[in-house]
Amino acid sequence: MLAQDSILRLDATAIDYLIIALYFAFVLGIGYLAKRAVSNSLDFFLSGRSLPAWVTGLAFISANLGAIEIMGMSANGAEYGMPTVHYFWIGAVPAMLFLGVVMMPFYYGSKVRSVPEFMLRRFGKPAHLVNAISFAVAQVLIAGVNLFLLATIVNVLLGWPIWVSVIVAAVIVLSYITLGGLSAAIYNEVLQFFVIVAALLPLTIVGLRKVGGWEGLTEKVSASPGGAEQMSAWPGNALSGFSSDILSVIGIVFGLGFVLSFGYWTTNFVEVQRAMASKNMSAARRTPIIGSFPKMFIPFIVIIPGMMAAVLVPELAEFKANGTGEVDYNDALLLLIRDLLPNGMLGLAITGLLASFMAGMAANLSSFNTVVSYDLIERYLIKDRPDEFYLRTGRWVTVGGTVIAIGTAAIASGYTNLMDYLQQLFSFFNAPLFATFILGMFWKRMTATAGWVGLVSGTTTAVLVFILSESGVIDLPGQGASFVGAGAAFVVDIVVSVIVSMATVPKRDEELAGLVYSLTPKEQRTEVAEHGDHGWYRRPVLLAGISLAMIIVLNIVFG
Amino acid sequence: MADQTSTPKKKAGAFDIRVVIAALIAIYGLVLTILGIIADPKEVDKAAGININLWGGIAMLVFAALFVLWARLRPIAVPVEDAAARAAGEESSPGE
Repeated sequence: MLAQDSILRLDATAIDYLIIALYFAFVLGIGYLAKRAVSNSLDFFLSGRSLPAWVTGLAFISANLGAIEIMGMSANGAEYGMPTVHYFWIGAVPAMLFLGVVMMPFYYGSKVRSVPEFMLRRFGKPAHLVNAISFAVAQVLIAGVNLFLLATIVNVLLGWPIWVSVIVAAVIVLSYITLGGLSAAIYNEVLQFFVIVAALLPLTIVGLRKVGGWEGLTEKVSASPGGAEQMSAWPGNALSGFSSDILSVIGIVFGLGFVLSFGYWTTNFVEVQRAMASKNMSAARRTPIIGSFPKMFIPFIVIIPGMMAAVLVPELAEFKANGTGEVDYNDALLLLIRDLLPNGMLGLAITGLLASFMAGMAANLSSFNTVVSYDLIERYLIKDRPDEFYLRTGRWVTVGGTVIAIGTAAIASGYTNLMDYLQQLFSFFNAPLFATFILGMFWKRMTATAGWVGLVSGTTTAVLVFILSESGVIDLPGQGASFVGAGAAFVVDIVVSVIVSMATVPKRDEELAGLVYSLTPKEQRTEVAEHGDHGWYRRPVLLAGISLAMIIVLNIVFG
Repeated sequence: MADQTSTPKKKAGAFDIRVVIAALIAIYGLVLTILGIIADPKEVDKAAGININLWGGIAMLVFAALFVLWARLRPIAVPVEDAAARAAGEESSPGE
């Protein structure tokens, strides 16, 4: 796949390069425009808490629409078919709604500037340090993986050497984030969202025409290896790795849906930061809820093209049948682009992919610099300096993070498997974090000691399950191992937290106001409708209800 | 950061991203539409007989026009006293 003359090489012409170049000109232009709005550290790290909900809502899903999402989900689509939609309809969307309806009032209402800072207010320093450090390390490593994937794609598609692509991409991301901070990252994420849709929607339409419409797709996919099961989302045995239908449904709903996805979407600061940047409580709550509407339709432009590639592209069809050939599932989208799109649209499709990979990396870096500056440097290392100092620090931390990410990318290029493992490991970290948060938000008796002990024991459990499954002691194919690992981590975290809480002294009630459900007055938990928040379509809970109803309909129609 | 005194806080985020998005998509739409008009029939065959550059380009032009219309009808308004009050609230909110 790294060969200079790859089977995937696209015939880009001058017009395609023009389209790509135009995009990068706009990206840097947005960085420059956003710079004029940065006058203090809050502007830089949280966009001055001033953005409208539709902007933060689109950024919320765009930040996650990186390389792993686009390539990974289309690959899953090619391999498993429709069950892949669970990542969206059982996984992401319900978790996003939960974040907006239940958890956001505490995040936004307590005026913390990061998720670790919430940890600090609720549980004190040990839990805060554990969370801040593990988050910062995870982000910079994942940024490196995103950077490496991006460079690999540029190398394969356009033939640029890997190291040139790594450095060019890093410099572009670095320049707009150091200039405009989170605003630049968020505005670019919104632009990226539209470019990604503009790139993938035509591909889907052309592909559907080619395959003979929905009937044609159903017929061809049912005839391919894997059979007709691939056309219905439930029970998804191939995806979960459980042979029993009932276990498979339970595994998907609790493992993927409840523990993994709730953990990821509700505690991951990369996502939550976008909502914290919005202009008021109502907008903050609406951020993930508005994001859920486009999110539920992304499968149609990511998973469906993957499925079409598996029946339309001869190389991929052969790989699916015999497991041989030069390509694999990860190339599904690229192969479809190569076979279907004329020059012009081709340039736009490449732009969309590059945009998506940069979005992921920029999101990692912009949350990394916030946590390192606010939670580590300001809190523990260099205290009580003027705000301007932390603004400058934030810029330098971004530079440092980028340099480390280039280093990580270099490691990733040597040990591709290692990076896969790391990523899986980090996905486990979110499950205990979610357990600690949810218990801490709803049970005022939970103590500070329980906070960090629960977190550490939950994470240890996840790592243990991971090692056991890697070494073959627990044998679960598919995604089963990560469902079990996350589930075990969640349960252990809750049990340990409850036991430790019983044996230690809780915080006083006054200290927990705004942080725990029962001690927060209703006015502080709900939004006061400010100017521009009126109208039924701006009420968070109602919007969430509509989104939930649509998800249920989608599950029934494609079940 | 350059003009800290002359740029009060209300300016944060006050350039309109909708116009920027519309501009990029409009340029793309224009380029693709022209490519679609002068399309080689062989290229059209590659895309299952749809002149995707033409139709995609036209769709993007329409999209861009709608975005500009939206920005015109609902321009960004940042209430000054509101932003100032919030800025003051931020200052006094306890870090811990």
